[in-house]
Amino acid sequence: MSFVPLILVWPLLGWLVNGLAGRRLSRTVSGLVACAAVGASFATAALALAAYVQASAAQAASAAEGASQTALSVIVPLFTWLGAGDLWVQASLQVDALSLTMALVVSGVGFLIHVYSIGYMAHDPNVSRYFAYLNLFIFAMLLLVMAGNLLVLFVGWELVGVCSYLLIGFWFARPAAAAAGRKAFVVNRIGDAAFLLGLFLLFTALGTLDISEIRHRVGELPDGLRLAAALLLFAGATGKSAQLPLHVWLPDAMEGPTPVSALIHAATMVTAGVFLVARLDTLFLSSPAALVVIATIGALTAFYAATVALRQHDLKRVLAYSTISQLGYMFVAMGAIAPAIGIFHLVTHAFFKALLFLSAGSVMHAMHDVIDVRRLGGLARTVRWTAAGFIIGGLALAGIPPFAGFFSKDLILEHAFALGMASGNYIPYALGLLTAFVTAVYITRAVALTFFGVPAEAGAHPHESPPVMLWPMALLAVLSVAGGALGAHAAGEPLLRFLAPLLGAVEVEGAAAPHPPAAILMGISVAVAFAGVLTGWIVHRNRRDPSLGAMGTLLEQRWYVDALYDRSIVAPGHATGRWMAGPVDLGVIDAAVNGVGRLFAALGAASRRLQTGYARQYALSVLIGAVLIVGYWILR
Amino acid sequence: MLTTLIFLPLAGALGIALLPRGREGAVRWAGLGVSLLVLLAAARVFQAFDASSGAMQMVEQAPWVPAFGISYRVGVDGISLLLVGLTAVIFPIALLSSWAAIADRVKAFTMAILGLETAVLGTFLSLDLILFYVFWEAVLIPMAFLIALWGGPNRRYAAIKFFLYTMAASVLMLIAIIATHVLGAVLLWERTFDIERLATMVLPVRTQGWLFAAFALAFAVKVPIWPLHTWLPDAHTEAPTAGSVILAAILLKMGTYGFVRFGPTLFPDALVASAPLLAALAIVGILYGAAVSWAQTDLKRLIAFSSVSHLGFVMLGIAAMNEQGFQGALIQMVNHGVSTGALFLIVGVLYERTHSREIADYGGVAARMPRFAAIFTIVLLSSAALPGTNGFVGEFLILLGAFRTSTWWAALAVGGVILSAVYLLWAYQQVMHGPLVAKHPERLLELTRREVLVFVPLIALIFAIGVYPKPLLDRSEAAVQAALERLNRTAATTLPARAVVRVQR
Repeated sequence: MSFVPLILVWPLLGWLVNGLAGRRLSRTVSGLVACAAVGASFATAALALAAYVQASAAQAASAAEGASQTALSVIVPLFTWLGAGDLWVQASLQVDALSLTMALVVSGVGFLIHVYSIGYMAHDPNVSRYFAYLNLFIFAMLLLVMAGNLLVLFVGWELVGVCSYLLIGFWFARPAAAAAGRKAFVVNRIGDAAFLLGLFLLFTALGTLDISEIRHRVGELPDGLRLAAALLLFAGATGKSAQLPLHVWLPDAMEGPTPVSALIHAATMVTAGVFLVARLDTLFLSSPAALVVIATIGALTAFYAATVALRQHDLKRVLAYSTISQLGYMFVAMGAIAPAIGIFHLVTHAFFKALLFLSAGSVMHAMHDVIDVRRLGGLARTVRWTAAGFIIGGLALAGIPPFAGFFSKDLILEHAFALGMASGNYIPYALGLLTAFVTAVYITRAVALTFFGVPAEAGAHPHESPPVMLWPMALLAVLSVAGGALGAHAAGEPLLRFLAPLLGAVEVEGAAAPHPPAAILMGISVAVAFAGVLTGWIVHRNRRDPSLGAMGTLLEQRWYVDALYDRSIVAPGHATGRWMAGPVDLGVIDAAVNGVGRLFAALGAASRRLQTGYARQYALSVLIGAVLIVGYWILR
Repeated sequence: MLTTLIFLPLAGALGIALLPRGREGAVRWAGLGVSLLVLLAAARVFQAFDASSGAMQMVEQAPWVPAFGISYRVGVDGISLLLVGLTAVIFPIALLSSWAAIADRVKAFTMAILGLETAVLGTFLSLDLILFYVFWEAVLIPMAFLIALWGGPNRRYAAIKFFLYTMAASVLMLIAIIATHVLGAVLLWERTFDIERLATMVLPVRTQGWLFAAFALAFAVKVPIWPLHTWLPDAHTEAPTAGSVILAAILLKMGTYGFVRFGPTLFPDALVASAPLLAALAIVGILYGAAVSWAQTDLKRLIAFSSVSHLGFVMLGIAAMNEQGFQGALIQMVNHGVSTGALFLIVGVLYERTHSREIADYGGVAARMPRFAAIFTIVLLSSAALPGTNGFVGEFLILLGAFRTSTWWAALAVGGVILSAVYLLWAYQQVMHGPLVAKHPERLLELTRREVLVFVPLIALIFAIGVYPKPLLDRSEAAVQAALERLNRTAATTLPARAVVRVQR
């Protein structure tokens, strides 16, 4: 599989071409180069998948007699990156079920978003810069998911942070966009710092940063260290995957161009945290306390973000909070020892969330950048394809069968229930179910306010988007419907079975954990989803939007979390910096230095008077000195 | 070869002195040519260097003042090699960057820069304490002139402060050098200032402590270690761009180099004993420098304080006393030279156009100067230690080394990783993003070809070291191991008893 590095090389080349020569290319060529790069990357990943399936079939055949069958994992070494003392970091790629799944999603969904961007960014003067960033983003994410070494993974991890910074702040002349980009990077950095400490801990304890070696050797760690490492890495994951308490950057991230939001929310970036937990599954799954933390944070985040989404007026903001909420579900799956299910939801979510964002972008395109739902309405009659796309995505998000989101979310709730049966902790399940209801309500509200009823502004003349934008949406719509088959029982669960040998916990769970009454749970899920849609429709029909009083304000203000951070961390932090720069640095430290300087100047002025020029005075002082020294020697 | 390397710039400076008046173009080209020749010579040294050996190489020796055992003795090992390379790269860039900025007394300016290069190279390559001291102090003269003659409005104050502060600290080092020499005469029966010879004597810990304190003070001011840093922001703000670049990129490294060079060789026990103190000051410097950077309103002061933070990382790596820490510290010295040098060049570009260093005088520059914005972004990310750039390699190794010595050191220092993103991105946003703010927007012209050329080698180094640091790490490895071996050897034995035995013999 020596061709595997090409998956990364294509977008890197695209970045170089557009980054270095972009201004000399026409906008069409810029877009085509970028799309071709990601398309080639997807094709290469597909080839790698074929080769991998073949190789693991061969392995299975030859090891048919063998006792235990392990998942095939191919390491493609690149070069020695860092070496100092006993640290020796080999830059390498890892090809296995998880990395291939992720690579296909990243490059596949990413490709569709690239194509859509050609239409969406058609009038932007800096299109080549845009596509350069976009390609770099895909490269960074692919590096993250394919890394064979935790430090290489971290390179991708931080690079996606930078790309989000660059892309969120793409229209940097707008202060809000520039601030949002910076916020994204800094909040991510907080998580990254914890990640780094986790890395140090793992390396100090195990002497390696090689992912497969860490996976196999976590058993050697004492429980406390394992928990510490898991929590530190999870703290990193909360930053990247926008979980409580580091979720604040993601809603602001919609200041960037809408396709970028689609990229961040669906294909790249936010899925990294979920992926990390799956990548080091043995570390997390063997630490029960860490699992409780992960499931709890996930469930709380899912619920928190869903409630906030109820009262957001910016359509993209609704979707942003819905992403945070859905990522919470994925972490619930991880906490419920079902990493494969979490990845399944990651995949379906990538399909329908990309669709939702691209549809929202199409709404903006149609309405000349109006995105406030209070100013929209009735668009289903004028921009039919866009409306259809958004509604399909919305149904998938709400968990209505047979759309893709239903299958994955239902499996997560099922495993959360099994977790409750095993441990008595039903909180994740209860919150998950409640969130499912709220989710259905808020997305129905968004649909009702945007696409139905009477348009809020009469003067607007919405126009449908060009085919180059509609086709990617159509494909994503198909995937949002059919994607459920990847994990549906009736379809043979191809994705889950593909992941099973690697993320073996699915099997473990079947053996150890009690079987939940799947059919009843599924019935409850479906009922809740329908109830939510119905409630949302009844409340918000004819574009009514009750404000919910004080609670509505609380939700509109996002439970005041952002304000709290600003007042308790950011503002005092800056004030501390100013205090240290002014009173401390200039007032004390530097003043002391200048004081010493003046002291010596004064001493010099005083001692100048001793230099009288009279030999007898000098002789006297020599004598006094000599007497003192001799006296000291005698009396000592 | 090393002697040629050291004195080539000085010879060039003398040659330039002979050029006729008014030929400023010729002077500029000659200066650049000489510095490029030095780069070539340094490249040959780099190539000829034997990475497998931790000992001094290419040693050249000649008696100087035999009566006192002073000799001219130079040599290179893995520790000095990287800094020599950095010096040779930075000087041509500094000259090229002053092409338009320095208009008066070009000849004197070029000579001062070249003279400075000889002094710096000599400092890094000296193996004799007196020779080292001479070069060390010789650095001050051209640098003080650069500030005082081509500096900003408050240049006299800054130059005097710089000169007196660093000079005062070095005087104690001279006393300690002489004391070391005297002790050597007693213990080794030999009059010598040769570092390698003096390293063979084993001093009592208390004696080491006093001598090391005197050396360390001189080095600490140069680094600068918190709280001895207040000369730095003043010197930086007033110095011309080239002066700031050289000051940040090279001169500060003389301090950290001093710790790595003389600590393990002459005062190993004292260095080991003072590691917790050094680490504590380093961590304070990391966090304090970053926090204070965030509060600055002047771009150059902001970068100056960021240097305090970054060099805190270098000192932390040294205090970690393990291979990752030392290697990280060495490569971080190079990285800081590249990144911060580039940052000062960036401020220089802005200053040349609008004559303001105030952050508030800028806004939305990126829209006017897209190429400049791209370069600024890359340098900024390198300074914030983004993986893939040089800064990450150094910070990662340092933090890893620190973590293995003390979890707390790393846990605290990692705060600097967050804060560096805070203040750097904040400054970038204020200057480059938002609506266009400038008194004379028409002056914000895109980089000229010469200016791009100034940045190209630095950008190349940022990525090269970030992606493939092996050539550097390989060359310093053996020397670092040798230094650590000395530290471990002394730390392993019961020091006072052994030392006393040797003293009585």
